[in-house]
Amino acid sequence: MKVVITSSSQTLADPIDMHFGRAKFFILADTETGRATAHDNAQNLHAAQGAGIQSAETVAKLGAEAVITGSVGPKAFRALQAAGIQIALVEAPCPGTEALRRFKDGELPVLDSPNSEGHWV
Amino acid sequence: MSSFPSIAIASGKGGTGKTTVAVHLAAWLAGRGEAVQYLDCDVEEPNGHLFLKPVIETAEPAAIPVPVVDNDRCTACGKCAAACEFNAVAMLKKPMVFTELCHGCGACTLVCPVEAIREEPRGIGTVETGQAGPIRFAQGRLNVGEPMSPPLIRAVKNRRDPAAIALFDSPPGTSCPVIAAVRAADFIVLVTEPSPFGLHDLTLAVETFRPMDLPFGVVVNRADPADLRVQDFCRQQEIPVLAELPDDRRVAETYARGELLFDRLPEWRDRMAELWARIEERL
Repeated sequence: MKVVITSSSQTLADPIDMHFGRAKFFILADTETGRATAHDNAQNLHAAQGAGIQSAETVAKLGAEAVITGSVGPKAFRALQAAGIQIALVEAPCPGTEALRRFKDGELPVLDSPNSEGHWV
Repeated sequence: MSSFPSIAIASGKGGTGKTTVAVHLAAWLAGRGEAVQYLDCDVEEPNGHLFLKPVIETAEPAAIPVPVVDNDRCTACGKCAAACEFNAVAMLKKPMVFTELCHGCGACTLVCPVEAIREEPRGIGTVETGQAGPIRFAQGRLNVGEPMSPPLIRAVKNRRDPAAIALFDSPPGTSCPVIAAVRAADFIVLVTEPSPFGLHDLTLAVETFRPMDLPFGVVVNRADPADLRVQDFCRQQEIPVLAELPDDRRVAETYARGELLFDRLPEWRDRMAELWARIEERL
């Protein structure tokens, strides 16, 4: 299964980024092979508006079936739902490797509604 | 230039006295027998009506065109999402439109190779027109929670009467709504106050309006003889100071009651006369 982890750096050893839309990096990890690749999200990080929507598009294009993050706004939530991507939540920053392990063990709650307010310019 | 100029009353900082200047200028011009129209372009919080007390004669909805995708026709090529400057279209399995982010520019409709996108109006507010004694009146009211004000501001300005001096009471700040309000005006009056915030935001406003190549001047409201930083800044920048309106508690009291100042403070007629003379010589 392909999973995206929102990350503060290009490596899973570092803490995850708690924000979905304006995460610094998306790390695409394969839960079977353990292979992971980092994808820069600078373009959306600096977007005036619609960062979450475009981030959802990026995650969908990467072919992920789930995303592990800390918070998801209302529009990103709608976009991820439309793309059929599951959202798993960590409640506090932890290394990406730990978040991935807990996800595989089924310890992370699945988000069924947005847990963050939208941001207006 | 036509014999009926348009003047935008703007400011970097909110609460400096734009509406005070705009409604008194309107009332003074009307009192002199001029054809004048007051247009409240501060559509998020139009308040000129509190002082001019117009009789509203027309109210029409304002809308922007937003895309609707025909998923049967759509080939999921993604060109619409790529064309959107405002991230209002996401390419997922099919395009997904976030109408609240859409500026109604029409780019997605234009680039769609299979004509799968049509446009539907989305209401953003109301444009009202009427009459306040001899003053022609127009204002926009943005729907509560609606972030997209520039199209409504343009709709208000479309009600401009070409046979009257137009006063555009602009929103504060330096962002898109302000640009929409001051664009195509013949002159901009920047109202500021002698506070560090007033000066700071005046600096931003000057940086915004200079590249637009529109003539502007400054009105110092609540002027304080002990604080001349705004005047010094204007001298350095070669910006004309059109008027200095002294700080006076009676102005605040009268304003808070929603009344014009002329009855209680007749000297405000002279101040508006002087202000208009300074504007007129620059048109």
